[in-house]
Amino acid sequence: MTGEASKSISNTLPWDGGRSPFSLSYGKLMIWFFLVSDALTFTGLLVAYGFARHALAPGMEWPVGELVFNTFPGVSGPAPLMYVALMTFILIISSVTMVLAVEAGHRMDKKGVVKWLFLTVLGGLFFLGSQAYEWTHFIHGSHARVTLADGRIAHLASNPHHGESIDPATFSMTLGNSYTVGGGEVVSGPEAYKLYESAISVVSGANMTENEYGPPSYANFFFFITGFHGFHVTTGVILNIVVLSMALKGVFHRRGHYEMVEKAGLYWHFVDLVWVFVFTFFYLV
Amino acid sequence: MERDDIIEYSLNAGHSEEQGRVIRKKIYFVTILLSVITTLEVALGVFWTQFFPNAWHWVKWAFIVMTLVKASYIVMTFMHLGDERKNIRSMILIPYFLFLMYMVFILIWEAGYVHMVLSTLL
Repeated sequence: MTGEASKSISNTLPWDGGRSPFSLSYGKLMIWFFLVSDALTFTGLLVAYGFARHALAPGMEWPVGELVFNTFPGVSGPAPLMYVALMTFILIISSVTMVLAVEAGHRMDKKGVVKWLFLTVLGGLFFLGSQAYEWTHFIHGSHARVTLADGRIAHLASNPHHGESIDPATFSMTLGNSYTVGGGEVVSGPEAYKLYESAISVVSGANMTENEYGPPSYANFFFFITGFHGFHVTTGVILNIVVLSMALKGVFHRRGHYEMVEKAGLYWHFVDLVWVFVFTFFYLV
Repeated sequence: MERDDIIEYSLNAGHSEEQGRVIRKKIYFVTILLSVITTLEVALGVFWTQFFPNAWHWVKWAFIVMTLVKASYIVMTFMHLGDERKNIRSMILIPYFLFLMYMVFILIWEAGYVHMVLSTLL
């Protein structure tokens, strides 16, 4: 710095040397490069998902988001997409509190930074908890897909592996020509139970090899993409906690700027950005 | 040994109370916009079969357009890219979009081919 101060450098053009041509500090430039590479990773994952879906073999059907994700804790009836909408909203709001923390940092307002960063961490933790619920529900399943001995497909309204014994007199299932849940003829009584007992397979919930919702790759992509995003959220929450504790100790105030909050903020906004795309391509389209 | 070849860029990113008020106003505007778009998306996702049962193609494009609007507001306002220099903006967006277009082309072209082969085999 002393060496530079003694030289006179023309600052009229950005590329004349002596200053950042991008008017960005080293750290912010590097976090941008990292985010571009991470964006390419998520693009690759979502494109692979789109590929599997677009190339799906005939006779298979891709599950419909509204039918797979239709529960809400505490609500007994179907609540299509409500829970994931809440998750999206939580993440957007935590992104807003983050940008407010950055703004407070620009005013050297330590109290504001601490307050907004704390709320951001809280939002991130809420999102992670919601995702844990979502995964649990997805893995356990709520109904079952039955492949009957004659090759037809039927759906049970409840998960038969949950332990309640089935009474043949009140047993009923929906026959369908569809691979996923759909309206069809309802058969009930002991006759239907006999069909059910001779079924080739009963699939409930989801794992890496089969799931009740649709093709196996559906659950695989769900686990990988939302899991990888959840891993990013976890990392972001840890980063935010570190930055929050540094802000609390007054490290940034002594340093004279709150640029570290901006850098953590860029990463956190990116996590929100990825979720916007995951939400569209996994749950809506 | 103290090095004098490293330039510490002291970039003054701070702003005053009045500027802060203007920036916060913009943040609240984007917050409301993002919430409204998300609500619209969810409403469309839940009700499109009732109101536009035959318009899946258009509904799909509506989802994609709304997502891109949301994404550009997040990148341009929250991530502050809209207020950065033009050179850094281009350096981040242009290579990414070139790659993205290539990926989407491969997705549609090759997946269509694989689907066709599977249809012939099965």
